[in-house]
Amino acid sequence: MATLLEVRDLKTYFFTQAGVVKAVDGVSYDLAEGETLGLVGESGCGKSVSALSIMRLVPDPPGKTVGGEVIFDGQDLLKLPDSHMRRVRGKQIAMVFQEPMTSLNPVLSIARQLTEALELHLGMRKTEARREAVRRLAQVGIPDPERRIKQFPHQFSGGMLQRLMIAMALSCNPKLIIADEPTTALDVTIQAQILELLKHLSREYGVSLIIITHNLGVVARYADRVNIMYAGKIIERGTARDIYRHPSHPYTLGLLNSVPRLDLPRKEKLDPVEGQPPDLMHLPVGCAFRQRCRFAIERCAAEIPPLQAVSAGHVSACFAAQTLVSRAKEQGA
Amino acid sequence: MKALERTQNKSGANVLIEVEHLKMYFPVTSGLLVQRAVGYIKAVDDVSFFVRRGETLGLVGESGCGKTTTGRCILQLYRPTAGTILFDGKDLCSVPGRELRGLRRQMQVIFQDPYSSLDPRMTAGNIIGEPLLVHGLSRNRREYRERVTELLSLVGLNAYMADRFPHEFSGGQRQRIGVARALAVNPQFIVCDEPVSALDVSIQAQIINLLEELQEKFDLTYLFIAHDLSVVRHISDRVAVMYLGHIVEIAERNEIYAHPLHPYTEALLSAVPIPDPIIDAQRERILLTGEVPSPLNPPRGCVFHPRCWMATAECQEVTPELREVQTGHWVACLHVPGYGAPERVP
Repeated sequence: MATLLEVRDLKTYFFTQAGVVKAVDGVSYDLAEGETLGLVGESGCGKSVSALSIMRLVPDPPGKTVGGEVIFDGQDLLKLPDSHMRRVRGKQIAMVFQEPMTSLNPVLSIARQLTEALELHLGMRKTEARREAVRRLAQVGIPDPERRIKQFPHQFSGGMLQRLMIAMALSCNPKLIIADEPTTALDVTIQAQILELLKHLSREYGVSLIIITHNLGVVARYADRVNIMYAGKIIERGTARDIYRHPSHPYTLGLLNSVPRLDLPRKEKLDPVEGQPPDLMHLPVGCAFRQRCRFAIERCAAEIPPLQAVSAGHVSACFAAQTLVSRAKEQGA
Repeated sequence: MKALERTQNKSGANVLIEVEHLKMYFPVTSGLLVQRAVGYIKAVDDVSFFVRRGETLGLVGESGCGKTTTGRCILQLYRPTAGTILFDGKDLCSVPGRELRGLRRQMQVIFQDPYSSLDPRMTAGNIIGEPLLVHGLSRNRREYRERVTELLSLVGLNAYMADRFPHEFSGGQRQRIGVARALAVNPQFIVCDEPVSALDVSIQAQIINLLEELQEKFDLTYLFIAHDLSVVRHISDRVAVMYLGHIVEIAERNEIYAHPLHPYTEALLSAVPIPDPIIDAQRERILLTGEVPSPLNPPRGCVFHPRCWMATAECQEVTPELREVQTGHWVACLHVPGYGAPERVP
């Protein structure tokens, strides 16, 4: 499959009065056409900022993408003039935001929220755009779209709004949809509905998908590959199978162990990742995870472990990666 | 509810909280000058359950199902529309205000959002110490300060942090402050209202472990309200499932997760994602269609019937009551084997 998106050494810093926050610090990954990529990490690890940087939506000031390349469909988005970028946003790359309640304009009707992009990007006339909008609403499973389209966001439930966001994202047939925590604000039964819908649409239309989440469980079923982020860096990447079956970074292992699982016998005690995530303004020298890590050695304090291959297509930024993998294999066997 | 009485007799002295036929309706008003009630949101509609001393009862359900309202009714933060809530044998709904204030010392709450539940202008020490002052629990300044220090260390914070303000703490640390505040008055019973859902996964486990340690140490009784079924399985002894103001199933933890009887519980359990792509793909997933109906205008009959794949014509007519179908396993569904004939309301 052809590569659709290539992020190279992306760096987005926030210049605040208190100091420089390195929210995204040298992140690289690529995405094939039709692929679903999971971007997993805790709040403040830079996963949302890295997505916003692709869209060039980082508020400037204080944020600034200070380095790297984002090559989408052969062109570097970071070098495009603003007017060109506007044609990419919403048309080629669409975004589904975390909180549908606050990402929609409350004074615009559902129809207007949907037709704006259609008129702008596809040059549709009003009536045509409206017909298309109704079709899109039906496509994401909103019952009675003819009536619903006249309503306003406050008349929709959370799950409905998220469906609307997906309809908006799909409206101009983008090549890539970035879903930033698309299900976090929703209930479990609705969460399952929304993820199934996203995956179904991505299969149907060959849209690539980046799902950003803090919940490892959410992407297990849907992602082809998973990137784990910690303190502004990708610390592990692999196929979903690699990540969940043979985690090779202590942080990934910690995340997996800290959640209670319904399919396993109940544990007497949970196994949390001790300590707090580091302050991005005062990152420790060496590996950022070192202070919370059970496997830390002296070398971790001296140098930042680079992303190294553990097996084909599976990389980890840990000096102990091989040990972890062989341990996981032993336990699995 | 005869069967409820039976269970009480079985473990009579052990029951700390007993809720019977609790109803909490919120009026929806209309009119410019004269506000008239045009309808009622039936947030909690005829709910009965009990909590044994020293146990954790998990209360799960989707947002808007009335689980938080139930918790708040027990704490008397709302005055229930109908029903009784017995705390240690006393009916909280009818005790006079002065006595209620004393009883409030016995019941505390930990809120969901560690950001909005702490006063940003108070220091951590003052937040934790306020309940001590309100209830007059320390005789002098030294005693007060010692108690605050003790509480801080109980929840894994350092004594020097007492002078810090909430914004200087991380989410997990703030929730620890919330826990310390609840513990300050030595309560018997704590309502944990989604205490971990706003926290990062790696921190969630820390707080859950802390809650369990404290329960063991101080013999606490928890009502653990949450929507995350895997967390609830970990912490609860028994689990109650709520849907649209009704309890649809209650059972021992292992029983309900191994043999869910109500279709809603089944669907809920199957929707929980499992962090393993191979196992998750093999599981059968029940995708519920539609959404939770509005509690302003709940469906007739069984409230779950519009989304239920087992629903029959009867479900549209009869509201099933909670019945004990196996020892300790209660369910409200006409189609569960052993449920028996529905009660006809003339």
